[in-house]
Amino acid sequence: MPKDTGIGASTKRREDVRFLTGRGKYTDDIQTYGECAAVFARSTVANGVIKSIDTSAAAAMPGVLAVFTGEDFADVGGNPAGWLINSRNGEPMKEPKRPVLAHGKVRHVGDAYAAVIAETVQQARDAVEAITVDIEELPALINMKDALAADHYVHDEIGTNQCFDWGWIEDNRAATDEAIRNAHHVTTLELVNNRLVPNAMEPRCSIGHYNPGTDEYMLHTTSQNPHLTRLLISAFVMGIPENKLTVIAPDVGGGFGSKIYHYGEEALVLAAAKKLGRSVKWTAERTESFLTDAHGRDHVTKIELALDADGKFLAFRTETLANVGAYLSNFSTATPTFLHGTLMAGNYTVPLVYVNVKAVFTNTAPVDAYRGAGRPEATYSIERVIDKAARELGMDPIALRRKNFVKPDQYPFTSAAGLEYDSGNYDALMDQMEKIADVAGFAERRKASEAKGLLRGFGVNAYIEACGIAPSNLVGVLGSRVGLYDAATVRVNATGNLSVMVGAHSHGQGHETVFPQVVAEMLGIDPQSIDIVHGDTSKIPFGMGTYGSRSLAVCGSAVVRATEKIIAKAKKIAAHMLEAADTDIELKDGVFSVAGTDKSVSFGEVALKAYIPHNFPLEDLEPGLEETAFYDPANFTYPSGAYCCEVEVDPETGKVRVDRMTAVDDFGNVINPMVVTGQVHGGLGQGIGQALVESTTYDENGQLLSASYMDYTMPRADDLPFYTVDHSKGNPCTHNPLGVKGCGEAGAIGSPPTVVNAVIDALQSGGMNVTHIDMPMTPHRVWSAMQG
Amino acid sequence: MYAFEIERPATIADAVAALQGDDAQALGGGQTLIPTLKARLAMPAKLVSLSGIGEMQGVCHSDDGALCIGGATTHATVATEAAAHYPALAALAAHIGDPAVRNRGTIGGSLANNDPSACYPAAALGSGAVIITNTRSIPADDYFQGMFTTALEDGEVITEVRLPVPETANYQKFVQPASRFALVGVFVAKFPDGVRVAVTGASENGVFRWTEAEAALSADFSAGALAGLGVSPDGMIADLHGSSAYRAHLVAVMTKRAVNAC
Ligand SMILES: Cc1cc2nc3c(=O)[nH]c(=O)nc-3n(C[C@H](O)[C@H](O)[C@H](O)COP(=O)(O)OP(=O)(O)OC[C@H]3O[C@@H](n4cnc5c(N)ncnc54)[C@H](O)[C@@H]3O)c2cc1C
Repeated sequence: MPKDTGIGASTKRREDVRFLTGRGKYTDDIQTYGECAAVFARSTVANGVIKSIDTSAAAAMPGVLAVFTGEDFADVGGNPAGWLINSRNGEPMKEPKRPVLAHGKVRHVGDAYAAVIAETVQQARDAVEAITVDIEELPALINMKDALAADHYVHDEIGTNQCFDWGWIEDNRAATDEAIRNAHHVTTLELVNNRLVPNAMEPRCSIGHYNPGTDEYMLHTTSQNPHLTRLLISAFVMGIPENKLTVIAPDVGGGFGSKIYHYGEEALVLAAAKKLGRSVKWTAERTESFLTDAHGRDHVTKIELALDADGKFLAFRTETLANVGAYLSNFSTATPTFLHGTLMAGNYTVPLVYVNVKAVFTNTAPVDAYRGAGRPEATYSIERVIDKAARELGMDPIALRRKNFVKPDQYPFTSAAGLEYDSGNYDALMDQMEKIADVAGFAERRKASEAKGLLRGFGVNAYIEACGIAPSNLVGVLGSRVGLYDAATVRVNATGNLSVMVGAHSHGQGHETVFPQVVAEMLGIDPQSIDIVHGDTSKIPFGMGTYGSRSLAVCGSAVVRATEKIIAKAKKIAAHMLEAADTDIELKDGVFSVAGTDKSVSFGEVALKAYIPHNFPLEDLEPGLEETAFYDPANFTYPSGAYCCEVEVDPETGKVRVDRMTAVDDFGNVINPMVVTGQVHGGLGQGIGQALVESTTYDENGQLLSASYMDYTMPRADDLPFYTVDHSKGNPCTHNPLGVKGCGEAGAIGSPPTVVNAVIDALQSGGMNVTHIDMPMTPHRVWSAMQG
Repeated sequence: MYAFEIERPATIADAVAALQGDDAQALGGGQTLIPTLKARLAMPAKLVSLSGIGEMQGVCHSDDGALCIGGATTHATVATEAAAHYPALAALAAHIGDPAVRNRGTIGGSLANNDPSACYPAAALGSGAVIITNTRSIPADDYFQGMFTTALEDGEVITEVRLPVPETANYQKFVQPASRFALVGVFVAKFPDGVRVAVTGASENGVFRWTEAEAALSADFSAGALAGLGVSPDGMIADLHGSSAYRAHLVAVMTKRAVNAC
């Protein structure tokens, strides 16, 4: 019987009560006495030299309090990249400064070069229109190949548009080339992993506050990662001492990666608050979100797969151009490298992998991690080329994958791309998928579709990803400039209820429900007596934020460690109360008892005693019941899955409809199956969106053509099928205390190749020799491909 | 948005008078105009709201059997009130935008705007409608004059749209995936004296009649009669969502589907 509380229970999400009844408190909902408004002046050209900016008319407009330009920030620091990548020749990557406001040059449409602070948003906007700027437009660098060949640069001072040229694993390069040269068969595929706009429902918003009485700053901001934002502002951008800056990310309406990073607007509102001694708020308009949120993906890849006569994989080799846009966003250099190249062996025993990634500056919005971050790009390349190989060799796509899967007795398994997979069973996932998707019934369904004049295709995919980001020891060697542990404080109040302060930020993931389930299970108490506190640097020991499906695996592990310390301390208190040795104390169902006796005290009694320590042996036992733990993982976690889908293609119009979608995932242990299912659903929606509808299109002048919902297609309910989701076949992670792996990104990683493979299968069944269509497979693209 | 005045007249006469001033503009449901104002792409000094004018509301019949729709009637009202008399028109109205758009957007606003991808222009042209304004009656064939261009003069108000009801009709809309306006929409209407075929979404000149298809269907009202017929890609819209060749192709496919659905 399913549990109704604690670990394994599908407890309803308690945060939904406020989200669904309009009681959430988002940054823009916060209003402070005397608050004023910031509006940014943004470039309308993609590349240009700022010849002059005249703000005098704007400064004289009604209600205007201050005007800032790049000049005002010339002496403060830049917003850095968090990860140093070295090129194959040993040279460090190019790191041009990313200023708070553009100075000297604008580098993409939407690049902010000035800001007006006024009493009201309307006044600030009017004043922005009164700024006179003379920008000498330069030819835009948009296409990555063109940018690499160009003799002018997004950043003149670095003299190249290439950020780095990275090889992984460089020592395997010659052997991989050799294997491909000599292979029985080589399948080659060129593909584009389309650029996506994250489109969080809540646009970015920041409020800067400054108290001249204490010289303290506070920033309310839409962040997945408030501690990192504080660290970057303190250590790199503005030099505000960390102890004088509080960053609070209240309810956040979705991020998908785009709110991991620190943005210039956050620094601007703090600087303005300091200058004016008033709170300064900026809220993005939707167009600003399109133009300036960090975008996702945008890889152009050539992948080759070498096979022997039996279909055994011999080597993968890829060449990728990765767009980083006009400036390096915080994780932009890690995403196409260590979150991508290290996954290029997939679920397979392939002995050789070589990945080359050239990161390219262009006059487009910065590109950074977006739901999946590098792993979707890896999975897409691998799983598309395997599908193509199966077709070329006349092999069943499932059988070809199974032939090359890592087998259950091979763990821990060191992949050819250098990761040590701790656990998994890919065949078992595939078995389950074949069963619950009724793969056997496909032929009948295809006939039924054909009777309606539609082409039906079947697509399959196996993925592995690396979550639980990340072991600091390892990432330090690989170039990370931060550690990727997390932290938690468990505070037991005198009356027996708990506040748990966690570094992971929840912006839709359900932490407020799931973390208490873990603590409640360990203590044997009611989860309702436990509350989670997150998103406020003044209340939480430290945190590295929410991304990379790391919250439960890393921060949840810190919660476990802190709770273990609580139990140890509580046992000491109980032992004192029961006049026994603490080694004889047992905790069960919220009651501490002396083993083998009927002497016991409840958890509540122990909590009260901790704060009323009459007659405590103070040299052995401190009052209070509060513990903190930092947890640094020993390895990544490795969720994996087997996905399949069936599509119907209308041969007259090229319109694709996903009819069935099945996702079988190994997430290790599952704390709340309903929350996990929800995460998978969301990921699948985003993945199908990428595969079928989402397209970020710049024209050759760098204008974003898809800068509104009139032209950027978000997947809607009627674009998506009902999903069949299964996570019953989990193999626990072997190195974290909960045995969990991470589920937040899987759906977005596993689904795009599944859908593309299915569409290709449908077209082939109609006699069309179409071997690849780039995403998004819009009706127009599919129809064009059918025309040959 | 820039600041503006707003007037809410109760009669057509008052609305017309209010629109005389400089920089005054009619406000229908605001589903096109308000987003334009929010983006600061227009700065009328005064908006004259038509939604409080009773004589511009609702659906009724004229003596000759035509359907008369008040110029300020919302898409949602047309979707319900025209359903029994002109189901193809009601179905078209029922698939414009989303419920919020349908509950505010009006037939007069849609026809005045004449977006090249809008649905109502296809119905009006396909039905051989008459656009009635405060000063005159304009046959649909003369009314539509290219993308976002109509026969309306400054300050002229669409007070009513009169649509002859065909024997049978159907509208096929192939949606632009993002906006869900028509990438190509084809309205086919069969009258006793012949068939009209109006195409929206496709042409750089806005809604147009596909006369070749009309002739073929007037002789033989079947999808088979369209075999081999097609429109030229020349002059078709090409954008992010489809090339001109694709749009030309869809015109033929949607016309066939409309006939089959009649
Ligand atoms: C999300 C969304 C989806 C949409 N989808 C579709 C769709 O699928 N198909 C489709 O056809 N349309 C669609 N529309 C457009 C919608 O139908 C609009 O309502 C319509 O185009 C304009 O009508 P309105 O009454 O809102 O006019 P307004 O926005 O108020 O005005 C538009 C223009 O018409 C003028 N005007 C308004 N009424 C009159 C009148 N009676 N006489 C003279 N001039 C007038 C105004 O001055 C203005 O210039 C969509 C709109 C939105 C926001």
